[in-house]
Amino acid sequence: MVAQVAEDAPFVGDTVLSLRSVSKHFGGVTALDDVSMELQAARVTALVGDNGAGKSTLVKCIAGAHTPDSGTLEMEGHAVVLRHPSQARSMGIEAVFQELALADHLDVVANIFLGREVRRRFGPIALLDNRAMRARAKEIIDGFSINIPSLRANVRNLSGGQRQGVAIGRAVGWGTKLIIMDEPTAALGVRETARIEQLIRSLGDRGLAVLLISHNLEQVFNVSDVIYVLRRGRLVARRETGNCTPSEIVGLITGAKEADKRD
Amino acid sequence: MQRHPALRRTGSGRSRMARRGLVARSASTGEPVDTTIRLNQGERVRAVLNSSLVALALIVLVGVFGIASPYFLTSANLFRVVQQVAVVAVLAVGQAMVIITGGIDLSEAAVVPLAAVVAAMVMNSQHSVAAGVAAGVLTGAVVGTVNGLLVTRLKLPPFIATLATFSAADGSALLLTGGQPVFNIPPAFSSFGSGGVLGIPYMTLVALLLAILMQFVLTATPFGRHVYAVGSNPLAARLAGLRNERLLGSVYVISGLMSGIGGLLLTAYVSTAQPSEALNSELDAIAAVVIGGASLFGGEGTIWGAMLGALLLAVLNNGTDLLGISTYVQTVLLGVVVAGAVAVDNVRRRARY
Ligand SMILES: Nc1ncnc2c1ncn2[C@@H]1O[C@H](COP(=O)(O)OP(=O)(O)O)[C@@H](O)[C@H]1O
Ligand SMILES: [Mg+2]
Repeated sequence: MVAQVAEDAPFVGDTVLSLRSVSKHFGGVTALDDVSMELQAARVTALVGDNGAGKSTLVKCIAGAHTPDSGTLEMEGHAVVLRHPSQARSMGIEAVFQELALADHLDVVANIFLGREVRRRFGPIALLDNRAMRARAKEIIDGFSINIPSLRANVRNLSGGQRQGVAIGRAVGWGTKLIIMDEPTAALGVRETARIEQLIRSLGDRGLAVLLISHNLEQVFNVSDVIYVLRRGRLVARRETGNCTPSEIVGLITGAKEADKRD
Repeated sequence: MQRHPALRRTGSGRSRMARRGLVARSASTGEPVDTTIRLNQGERVRAVLNSSLVALALIVLVGVFGIASPYFLTSANLFRVVQQVAVVAVLAVGQAMVIITGGIDLSEAAVVPLAAVVAAMVMNSQHSVAAGVAAGVLTGAVVGTVNGLLVTRLKLPPFIATLATFSAADGSALLLTGGQPVFNIPPAFSSFGSGGVLGIPYMTLVALLLAILMQFVLTATPFGRHVYAVGSNPLAARLAGLRNERLLGSVYVISGLMSGIGGLLLTAYVSTAQPSEALNSELDAIAAVVIGGASLFGGEGTIWGAMLGALLLAVLNNGTDLLGISTYVQTVLLGVVVAGAVAVDNVRRRARY
């Protein structure tokens, strides 16, 4: 447990997901070491840390892509074990993974609907309802003013920023409880970044829990309500964004500033 | 998004240049240029161009052989060509599915003779064509299942897994028969192999039906889409909630089933089940799929392209036979055609970027 939970934290939302003492090892590497955190509805939680700190591993544990070696996940108060990404998805958890995870040979619509295709049933046979999927994908893309040249363009023909747009569109289009974004603006220009930051805020305002992983501290301070700092797999601090400074966070990331004491 | 009829018609290399220019411009200004039509067009042009190049090669070959040999274009010979292509075509249907997932099924070529001898032996002992057919198909399904398990459970690379089952199936066929062919195929069954309707061999109709069915499955069903997705990016497929193992397992089973059917067709065609009869053309199905525009890296390919590829190989075989070109030269030609087809496709791919 992180000892120093700010007492003045305003109550914003119910806890959507909590991690309790989650650890994950890869061979001899300890990617996550006894990590506990809470993600609350209507709040944007930022997770920062150096490269290799374990941020993406944490994302994958929440998204069901990795199963923690020890520790538990609780979704709205109920302990859950995620053995496959489909389980996280069915609970309303969506992620924009750092590697984007798009099928390059498929078009934008197919990627947005991958694994949840709209089907038309003809007795025992289920066929793809492409028209319905296109219409819905257009709504998603337009609704979040994501700049995609064509819904029917194969994803491999898109620029890095556009690919990121597809991945983000997919996540926000489906997420109902928690949306995780692992460095979502890494490939974006200034203007697109601003738009995504706006989008992240609006997701929080709509009552979703958002977990943002970012190296861009300005962005973190712009959009987040809470900041967790991860260092070499260990959670070293939790701060209310309003009650800390970028230099303090930098110190915590690099280790120049000591970790908070733990129980 | 509106479509310009004028743009829809341009399908030349020139339009590709124009499209590249457009994309570059939009990237440099960063403006959201509506490239809807061009990108769509690009993908479609490539797919059509790919198939149409193979189709063009086919037409040229037919023309050349037609001129060089008066017998080539007779209906009797054309009947033979499409009859002979049937087995490879059925194998190519299964092979295409596997290759689209980024895998390969080397075992097909050995499952054909194994299913053939199993089917023939059951037909003879049970005096039932139906039982023999069921046994042949089942044999294919069993080997396909083993392939699927080796790939998904033991995580063997498909090349190794199917090389192992190739060997096992090949040896089993020889063991079962002591290396001897199985004769006395029921006439009802062999007449299916030689007969036809409206000038089309039954065998070809079977191949055509399976090809249409699988092309439909690939393009119109969620399963088909997932097959492409898992081949395009297995990690993305998994993170999107797909069950990669189940998907991969099923394409190997489908490939096994197709091999079993291929074995049955071959048995009906030659009226004998030879324990090692398909082995001379073991790479034909793979060649057909690759000529048809599939990538061995997965994520792309079509059944109908593979069918064109199979037909191209069959025409090449038949034509060179008629012209008295030796089978040794034919085998060399096959290599040239495969290398050429893939090289042309690569050049076109690179031109896109
Ligand atoms: N699939 C994996 N297999 C082995 N090691 C891994 C794997 N994923 C991450 N790691 C290791 O775990 C540590 C944390 O990685 P990661 O979570 O990607 O960090 P971050 O996203 O904070 O940069 C690193 O040492 C990394 O090499
Ligand atoms: Mg990372």
